[in-house]
Amino acid sequence: MDSIATFFEMGGYARFVWPAYGLVGLVTVGLLVTSLRTLRVRERALAALQEEMPGRRGRSRDL
Amino acid sequence: MQGLANPARFMRLSKVVQPWLALASVLLIGVGLYFALFGSPADYQQGQTVRIMYVHVPSAWLGMVGYTTMALASAVGLIWKHPLADLVAKAAAPIGASFTFLCLATGSLWGKPMWGTWWAWDARLTSMLILLFLYLGYMALQSAFDDPGRGARAAAILALAGFINVPIIKFSVDWWKTLHQPASLMKMSGPTLPPSMLTPLLLMVAGFTCFFVVVLLLRVRAEIIASKIRAIRLTQIHGSHESPLADRLAG
Repeated sequence: MDSIATFFEMGGYARFVWPAYGLVGLVTVGLLVTSLRTLRVRERALAALQEEMPGRRGRSRDL
Repeated sequence: MQGLANPARFMRLSKVVQPWLALASVLLIGVGLYFALFGSPADYQQGQTVRIMYVHVPSAWLGMVGYTTMALASAVGLIWKHPLADLVAKAAAPIGASFTFLCLATGSLWGKPMWGTWWAWDARLTSMLILLFLYLGYMALQSAFDDPGRGARAAAILALAGFINVPIIKFSVDWWKTLHQPASLMKMSGPTLPPSMLTPLLLMVAGFTCFFVVVLLLRVRAEIIASKIRAIRLTQIHGSHESPLADRLAG
């Protein structure tokens, strides 16, 4: 258990090292989640639009 | 490259590549994190703060890769007027801006214990801050027009003019020897880091780069769909599709 505590202490620099890693984790995961969510929302919007115009439905099959 | 320029083909290809890149990213960052936090030594001068390097350097790298992607795509968009190029530039901007912000923030957290200050007007730090402002300016300009084509054109010119900053960032540590340490990775004479530190750093850089491409592909796909939606709405308004651009995007 002692070694785990030592590890988290980061030689006395815990308050610099962990926020750096935390911030990078937060921003990258946030970037991924918002990008995925935008894609899903737009995919649904496009599908709904194509429902309205049956004449063009076949054209975007490969979406 | 020519084949990729077709939006439909791009969509198909990116769907095939994406899961593999995502897997590579998770594996590389996973192993990289293990070495960065457990499997590498503390620095004899900087102690444990050196571990910040393993997230700071990949962030800096992607901040510059993002800008280079944006500038290249902007050039292609301006010269060949290809709609996909504008979408790539637009998609790259927020990703590059995020990593530039992370580079500055993690650098600040590293600078406080090692240099005794959160910030200094050192050449490297200042040019990196300018990079962040260029990204923000690009994003503001590009969304300031009702017509997305005009916004893309104006923003593309800014992206190209601002590209001069990228080599300045790279060489700032050699031209002005102030606070930031010089390059230890991208050197003509090879990296100067010991293998125990080089391994986790390269793993993290590779993993972050895969992540960058995955998010870029997701965002380009979202931009292509947004263009299709716009094209369909235009044809709804006009009753028939007269616009060649709309036709190209909807196809």
